[in-house]
Amino acid sequence: MAITESRAGSRLLRYKMVRPGAALVWFLLFAGGLVMMTPIIYMLATSLKDASQVYDLQFIPSAPTLDNYITLLTDGRFSRWLANSAFVAVAVTLSNLFFDSLVGYTLAKFRFRGRSIVFIAILSTLMIPTEMLVIPWYLMARDMGWLNSYWGIMFPGMMTAFGTFLMKQFFEGIPDDFLEAARVDGMNEFQIWWRIAMPLVAPALSALATFTFLNNWTAFIWPLIVTSDPELYTMPVGLSSFSVENSVQWEMIMTGASVATIPTLLVFLVLQRYIVRGVMMGGLK
Amino acid sequence: MTLDNAKLRDAAASRVSRFSLHQKHVMWAWAFLVLPVLFYGVVRFWPTLNAFWLSLTDWSLFGVPNFIGLENYQRLLDDPAFWQVFRNTFAYLVIGTPVSLVLSFVVAYQLDRVRFMHGFIRAMYFIPFLTTAVAMAWVWRWFYQPVPIGLINNLLAAIGLPQQPFLRSTDQALLAVLAPAIWAGLGFQIVIFMAGLRAIPETYYEAARVDGLSPAAILFRITIPLLKNTTIFLVVFSSIGFLRIFDQVYNMTTGDPGGPLNSTKPLVLTIYQSAFSSFEMGYAAAQTVVLFSILLATSLLQLYLMRDR
Repeated sequence: MAITESRAGSRLLRYKMVRPGAALVWFLLFAGGLVMMTPIIYMLATSLKDASQVYDLQFIPSAPTLDNYITLLTDGRFSRWLANSAFVAVAVTLSNLFFDSLVGYTLAKFRFRGRSIVFIAILSTLMIPTEMLVIPWYLMARDMGWLNSYWGIMFPGMMTAFGTFLMKQFFEGIPDDFLEAARVDGMNEFQIWWRIAMPLVAPALSALATFTFLNNWTAFIWPLIVTSDPELYTMPVGLSSFSVENSVQWEMIMTGASVATIPTLLVFLVLQRYIVRGVMMGGLK
Repeated sequence: MTLDNAKLRDAAASRVSRFSLHQKHVMWAWAFLVLPVLFYGVVRFWPTLNAFWLSLTDWSLFGVPNFIGLENYQRLLDDPAFWQVFRNTFAYLVIGTPVSLVLSFVVAYQLDRVRFMHGFIRAMYFIPFLTTAVAMAWVWRWFYQPVPIGLINNLLAAIGLPQQPFLRSTDQALLAVLAPAIWAGLGFQIVIFMAGLRAIPETYYEAARVDGLSPAAILFRITIPLLKNTTIFLVVFSSIGFLRIFDQVYNMTTGDPGGPLNSTKPLVLTIYQSAFSSFEMGYAAAQTVVLFSILLATSLLQLYLMRDR
């Protein structure tokens, strides 16, 4: 606490020392931020225009209309793709939260022969790029009849080495005494993990959830390969094929792109603090 | 006598129970690990071996794979189109990584000192990181269109500059595809750099000021050296991202996959086309092995550089 205060104080001091330039720096940062947001703002603005206004390139539509959204969402395909993406991303995220933390916990808190081999083996899969595995996965999915199924889209990501490693780091920070006390109280090992250890790593779980959800919500190459039935497309695959089909109707493409983007924007506005912290955590561990 | 017996029994009981406790402990551990071990074996290691094996065959999705030795690799080396792809892939890396790192460091360094509307400005830089690459590829593709459609050419026309072909030109297409990839990754790098800046103890700065170092000297002698590990992480992370670029290329060049004269085609798009357009699974697998080797070398370089400290 004291550290934070003195830090803030000296930061203020530093800010004051560079005061003449500070206003300019602030302005440039703000302008850069606006440039960063331009594609997103333009996309949203154009999604509110009808075909006749697309070429006016106005930032604020002169006659905003939700017609494009109504057309898209009543068409059925986009709602279906949204639902597919939401289902796939949520299911994969839950699986990762469960399994990555279970494995991370086991590797952090259990002593047994083979522990380090399992850890190194899992960690080494970080080096294997998805693109190398898509061909074998495709063959596997074909042979098992998983093409064009939710399971087919989801199975490669059900557990990740990144998540396991992240969770292991955090479980190592929990004192053994906590777990021992629960053992004395007669809890079994599963209960100790689920009821005692898991709540203690909630920040790490939210970081893992953020990364996993985002990765799966935006995933493109694997869903593109494993699905050919439009009913099973995820949002990015659906949007891609829709945009190719309607390649001159930019207002519709921008509406589709907005539909794919708005959900993550809303989630960010609500959970901004946790998401930024989670990204920092995931990046630094 | 009775007392001794009781003691002995206690000792024996505790030894038995401690032994079984440990065994139970191990059994729990493996019970927790059995599904994950199976998963990593079947969904990670087996497919990896399979990819290596397929790269040595002439398999074409239909029929039986025949072992042909290193023929696929020979074919890669002899194929000028593959060398073009190889150059493109490295162009994404060699341009993308330094540009995005310098930009994100400058923004992070300045933003770290800004207090007024700090959260709002940070959000403006961070939000693009949360977007879907496919959606944004189409937005940027729209920006690049000629007048009267595209935003950028309209702006150029408004201020009297010549029109640019962007995605239609062999010189500019790769940069035009790279821009949204850099743009989308900046927010992540800025946030990580800022976390790294926060982790530098304030006492270092105080000591430097007491010693009378100028702000520039503080930046180059303290801040940048102390950010070494953050920087290495970001260099490797973004390098791997640029080496694997696909979503943007695929979506921005759907009419002419890989851009004019393949000027934007990266390794992953080639893999995708070999495997799922021409169904040359063996040849595609050999390309994935090349990608794997490049990424592995990059990661090992990171481990080596990090160990140094």
